Amino acid sequence: MEDSSPMPLVDIRNLHVSFPQHEGLVQAVRGMTLQVEAGESVGIVGESGSGKSVTCMAVLRLLRQPPSRISADLMTLDGVDMLAASRGELAAMRGRVASMVFQDPMTAFDPVFTIGHQIVETIRAHRDLSVSSAKAEAVALLERVKIKQPAAVLNSYPHQLSGGMLQRAMIAMALSCQPKILFADEPTTALDVTIQAQILALIKELQAELGMGLVMVTHDLGVVAETVDRVVVMYGGRVMEEGPVQDIFDAPGHPYTKALLSSIPGRTAGKRRLVEIPGASPNPANPPTGCPFHPRCSLADAQCATTSPDFAAFAPDRSAACWRLQ
Amino acid sequence: MTVPKQVGPALELRNLTKTYPLRQPGGLIARYLDHPVVQNVNLVLPPNAILGLVGESGSGKTTTGMMAMRLVEPSSGQILIDGADITGLSHAGLKPYRRKMQVVFQDSYSALDPMMTLAQIVAEPLHIHRIGSTAEQTDQALALLTRVGLDRSYGQRYPHELSGGQRQRVAIARALILKPSVLVADEPTSALDVSVKAQIINLLLDLQQDMGLSILFISHDLSVVRSLTDQVAVMFNGRIVEQAATETIFSDARHPYTQGLLSAIPVLNPRERRPRTFLTREEIAAAVPRLQGHGPASATPQLAEVAPGHLVEAILQ
Repeated sequence: MEDSSPMPLVDIRNLHVSFPQHEGLVQAVRGMTLQVEAGESVGIVGESGSGKSVTCMAVLRLLRQPPSRISADLMTLDGVDMLAASRGELAAMRGRVASMVFQDPMTAFDPVFTIGHQIVETIRAHRDLSVSSAKAEAVALLERVKIKQPAAVLNSYPHQLSGGMLQRAMIAMALSCQPKILFADEPTTALDVTIQAQILALIKELQAELGMGLVMVTHDLGVVAETVDRVVVMYGGRVMEEGPVQDIFDAPGHPYTKALLSSIPGRTAGKRRLVEIPGASPNPANPPTGCPFHPRCSLADAQCATTSPDFAAFAPDRSAACWRLQ
Repeated sequence: MTVPKQVGPALELRNLTKTYPLRQPGGLIARYLDHPVVQNVNLVLPPNAILGLVGESGSGKTTTGMMAMRLVEPSSGQILIDGADITGLSHAGLKPYRRKMQVVFQDSYSALDPMMTLAQIVAEPLHIHRIGSTAEQTDQALALLTRVGLDRSYGQRYPHELSGGQRQRVAIARALILKPSVLVADEPTSALDVSVKAQIINLLLDLQQDMGLSILFISHDLSVVRSLTDQVAVMFNGRIVEQAATETIFSDARHPYTQGLLSAIPVLNPRERRPRTFLTREEIAAAVPRLQGHGPASATPQLAEVAPGHLVEAILQ
């Protein structure tokens, strides 16, 4: 994490996001640091409640404040301070600089307007185009995401399309203003395995073609292994480990990453018990002291329970937050 | 816990078919044609085994599982539990068999009554079947909750206080309290996180061995199926297109749809990234294997035994 390169496209330092709730202050993100260079693909992996989606929502300022509370030492997108940006500035950033594809395309589209209407609306909100040329652009976009009958899809309502088709349309919409970076939040979780493979292939292809940055948020290590260059592993609102994708899979450093990789079913032949991680994810309203993983970690000692380790480099290009690696 | 000696299969489906009327487009007067969702499914679940039923959404796997439990009425075909035909039984006639067959659903949140405590939820099947006194029922429920990894203090809690994995444990406890011989598990791990998924898979494996259960495990997740099942049946378009021992499916799949499903699984090694080809439905239909010497020639695909215990849908020549 040196500042050797000019300026990362995404630069987040020490991000905290919390939500006041009935049961107390829910601390969804507790000191997240992330840099993404132009054209780079980064996977954020974590289980539900690890803070991975909230991080993306916070960068794009999609969380309403209040109730959410966002603070960070630094949070920039393409050099623009997203913490200080006005509503107008934010609107200019979204879509043009960064856009997002959500998990459930069925709820991300408005059910009462056609796909065409929604894509044209997005294009015209950001670019000075007439309705007819925006429509032509929409057709081109749908062709680009490999939809076979773009004209028919433009005139369809979301309920008339399959999940895979809708997710393609969602990606087309996200790309309509040629963003520099795409945040994909579990884009294939709601899809069948064959459709998932197709959508991942499409995202990868478009990313390479357009030279776009990609942040792939997922709970599925298989998706990460297939699509990204660098991996960030989150747990309990913090980054546990970060490194090049090959290194993470070859030699995971953090005990959580190790446990996560070994608990994946179906890696070897035969019916067998899996390695399980005992216990449950931490309660974000009452996170454990010290390292968030210590209650479930087999290597934890007294220090882990009281003091949280710094996120530090333990090998070239590799960083982790673990006392065992320092 | 003694397991009764069984000779025949725990669950057998014979030529099971389900059709729904589908309105045809056009015309002033509505016309309906029967649209098959499940067609001529034959499945044998051996005692003390786990059979995986895999396929994509809309392939008919859940409908098949629900028909096996008589939760959806089949249009034709037969369902046998421990050798007894339950296809035509009335609601009352079915009740003794309900004890032998239980189900766990994907969404544990909507499967548990939010107004009942966990002890009440798990004891309810005993109450319905009038087994034991209320105190005994509660005792059994608490013992089973402990067995699935929730200590007795959980008995007084409500479903909303639990995590997804814990709720799925409760659903499993409720399904097993009557000591059924057949359990239909419909995507029980799909909504769970990776680390919790492993816990639930291990729990199912342990319970299957301890209780001598037979499980029909419905899933679209082939990785889970590989770790958990003895045999796999692959469904596509409402039909079983391939069936074999689990490792045979993973090492020697013959049907183009099965091969496509397997190649779509993300590879857990970034070095092995590869471009994939995706077959359309038409291409799959065109690539169905053609076999000679497996029976009389047929124009439509039929299940043929290509190796002992390995069935593949093929066009016989």
